[in-house]
Amino acid sequence: MTAVLLGILFDGLAYGMLLFLISIGLSVTMGLMGFVNLAHGAFAMFGGYLATVLMQQAGWPFLATLPAAFVAVALASVLVERLLYRRLYRRGPLDQVLFTIGLTFIAVASITYFFGPSQQPVVLPAFLQGQSRVLGLEFGVYRLFLIVVGVAVTAAVVLGIERTRFGAKVRAAVDNPVMATGLGINVGGVFAVAFAMGSGLAGLGGALGIQILGLDPSFPLKYMVFFLIVVSVGGLGSVSGTLLAACIVGVFDVFGKYYLPEVGAFIIYAVMVALLMWRPNGLLGKRA
Amino acid sequence: MVINKKLAAMLACTGFVVVCGGAAHAADDTLKIGVIASYSGPYADYGKQFDSGIALYLKDHGGKIAGKKVEIIKKDTAGAAPDLAKRFAQELIVRNKVNFLTGLDFSPNAYAVGAVADEAKIPTVIMNASSSAITTKSPYSARVSFTVQQVSAPMAQWALKNGIKEVYTVVADYTSGVDSETAFGKAFTAGGGKIVGSLRTPMNNPDFSAYVQRIKDAKPQAVFIFFPSGVQPPAFLKAFKERGLAEAGIKLIATGEATDDSYLEATGDVALGLITSHHYSYAHPSAMNKKFVKDFVAEFGEKMRPSYFAVSAYDGMTAIAKALEKTKGDVNGDKVMAALKGLKFESPRGPIEIDAATRDIVQTVYIRRVEKVDGKLVNVEFDKFDNVKDPAKEAN
Repeated sequence: MTAVLLGILFDGLAYGMLLFLISIGLSVTMGLMGFVNLAHGAFAMFGGYLATVLMQQAGWPFLATLPAAFVAVALASVLVERLLYRRLYRRGPLDQVLFTIGLTFIAVASITYFFGPSQQPVVLPAFLQGQSRVLGLEFGVYRLFLIVVGVAVTAAVVLGIERTRFGAKVRAAVDNPVMATGLGINVGGVFAVAFAMGSGLAGLGGALGIQILGLDPSFPLKYMVFFLIVVSVGGLGSVSGTLLAACIVGVFDVFGKYYLPEVGAFIIYAVMVALLMWRPNGLLGKRA
Repeated sequence: MVINKKLAAMLACTGFVVVCGGAAHAADDTLKIGVIASYSGPYADYGKQFDSGIALYLKDHGGKIAGKKVEIIKKDTAGAAPDLAKRFAQELIVRNKVNFLTGLDFSPNAYAVGAVADEAKIPTVIMNASSSAITTKSPYSARVSFTVQQVSAPMAQWALKNGIKEVYTVVADYTSGVDSETAFGKAFTAGGGKIVGSLRTPMNNPDFSAYVQRIKDAKPQAVFIFFPSGVQPPAFLKAFKERGLAEAGIKLIATGEATDDSYLEATGDVALGLITSHHYSYAHPSAMNKKFVKDFVAEFGEKMRPSYFAVSAYDGMTAIAKALEKTKGDVNGDKVMAALKGLKFESPRGPIEIDAATRDIVQTVYIRRVEKVDGKLVNVEFDKFDNVKDPAKEAN
C-alpha cells in the first residue's frame, strides 16, 4: 500500500517537474509584463523538434540536445519578442490572445509542413531506460532523471531571482514597473532576458517531455490547458507557486488515473476549480 | 457601407460558383467519384494513403473504370467531423453530381454520409470506417475495409488456443474502443476465459504510466489493448516497457492498430515481439501483395509504407469496377448495390468478399508478430482465421 502510494507520488512529481519547466516561462511573462503568451507551448514544441532533428539527422546524443534546445529556443524567442511581441505590450489582453493564438496555429501548420503530422520517435540512451530498485521500491530511471533536472532548474531559478543583481531587477520590475524605470532599471531589457530564459526552459521541457508527453504538431494546442492550469493555480509571476501548482497537478493526475480510472482524467479540472475558488489569485499569487 | 460591399462581393462570388458548378454537368463518359477523407490535421496520413491506393488502381487500369474516364473529387474533413462530412456529401451529390461516394476514414463521418447517400441513392463504398452498424444503418453502403469487432474477436480465440485464461482489457474510451472491448470480451468468455479487469482511457491521454502501474499491481496473465493507430499505441508500449510488465510475466496482445505499418518505424523497438490481429500487413507474402508493395514503392517512394488504408482504397476501386462490370456501366444506385452484394475478389491482403446479406466485408484475419526483417520492423503473419464475418452481425 505505502509502496503504491510512494510510486504514485514519485510519478506525479516527475510529471509535475515537466509541467513546471514548461510553464515557468509563461508564468513569468504573464506576471512580469502582463503579456498573455498563448504561443508559449509552441516554444516547447520547437525545443522538442530541435532535439529530435539533432538526434536523428546529426546523430547527437540525447543529453547534448538538451542544452542545445534551451539555447536555441531562448535565442529564437528573443527574435520573436523584439520583432513581434514588443508591439503588443500596450494592447489589451484580447489582442494579445488573438495574436499569440494565431502564432500558435502558424507554428502547428509549419511543423506539419516540414515534419508531417505524425508522432516523432525518440530513443533514450540505455542508462535512462527501465526501472531501478531502491529500498524495495521500483522507480522509472527517466522519471528520476526528470526530477533531478527539475530540482536543479528550480534551484537555479530561485537562486537567480533571490540572490543575483539581475534577480533583484526582475523582482523590482514585477512589483512596480514604473518605480523600477524611475530607478534607472531598463525594464524592457530585463523583460527580454527573463522572457528568453523562460522560453529556453520551455524548449528544454519540450525536449525532455518527448518521452512522456509525446511530440506532434498539435502539441501546443493539446497541452495549452495544462500550462494555463498550472500558471493560474500557482499564481502569476510566482516561481514557487508555479512549482507547487505543477506538482499538485502532476500528482493528482497520476493519482486519479490509478485509483479512479473511470474519471481519472477529470480529477485535475476538479482540483483546479476547487483551488481557484479557495484562492482566486492562485496559491501564491501576489496581485489582486 | 464597407460591410455591405463585402457582402455583395461575397454573394456575387457564390453565385458565380453555383453557375459554374451547374455548367460542368456530368458528361456520360466520365465516372465521378467523391472521396471524403482527412487530408489535413493530425490524420492527414489517412487521406494520403487513400489517394495512393486509388492512384495505384487507376494506374494499373489505364485510368478507366468500365470504359469511362474517372474523375476523383476530394473533400477534406481533417478528422472526425460528421457535420462537415454530411455537408460535403450533399455538395458532391448536388453540385458535382458524383456517381459514387467513398473514402470515409472515421465512423462518425460514415454514419453522417450514409444518411445523405440513402436519400440520393448514391452507392457508398467505405474504405476504412470500422464501426459495425454503419452498413446496417445505410442500405446504400458497402464496406471493403474491416470492422473493429471482426479483428478483435479472433485475438480472443487465438489467446484461448495458446493457454491464456485471464486477460485485462485496456481500450481508448470511444466507440471503436468500446466495440473492441465488447467483441474481445464476448469471444473470450464464450471460450471459457475470464476478463479480470477492464480500463477505458480518455482519448487525449498523453501518459499511460498510472494505468500501466495499476495493471501491473493487478498481475493479470495477459493484457489486451485497443487504441486508434497513431499517437496512443507507442505511448502505451513505452509505459509497458518502462514499468517492466513483460519481466513481471504479463503478456501483451493487441489489434493491428497498435502496430500500424504507417507508424511502426516511429514506434520503434518497443513494439518488437508484440502479437496482434489484423487483416493486412504489408509483409503479407502473396504474389499480388508483393506486386502491390513494389508498385507502391516505385510510385510513391520508400518513405511511406502502404497501410491497410491504401489497400482498402485499392480494393474499393476494384469493387466499384467489378460492380459496374456486372451492371454493364449502369450507375443506377439500386443496380450497383445489387451488383456489389456477394462480390468476391482477390485483394493484396488475401481473398475478400462483400457479404450478400449484410454488405459487410468477409475476410481472413491474421495473427502477426512484430519482427525485424532486413533492419525494418514488420508484422510477420504466423496464424490466421479464414472467412471471418463481423461478429456483431453474426449474433443477430
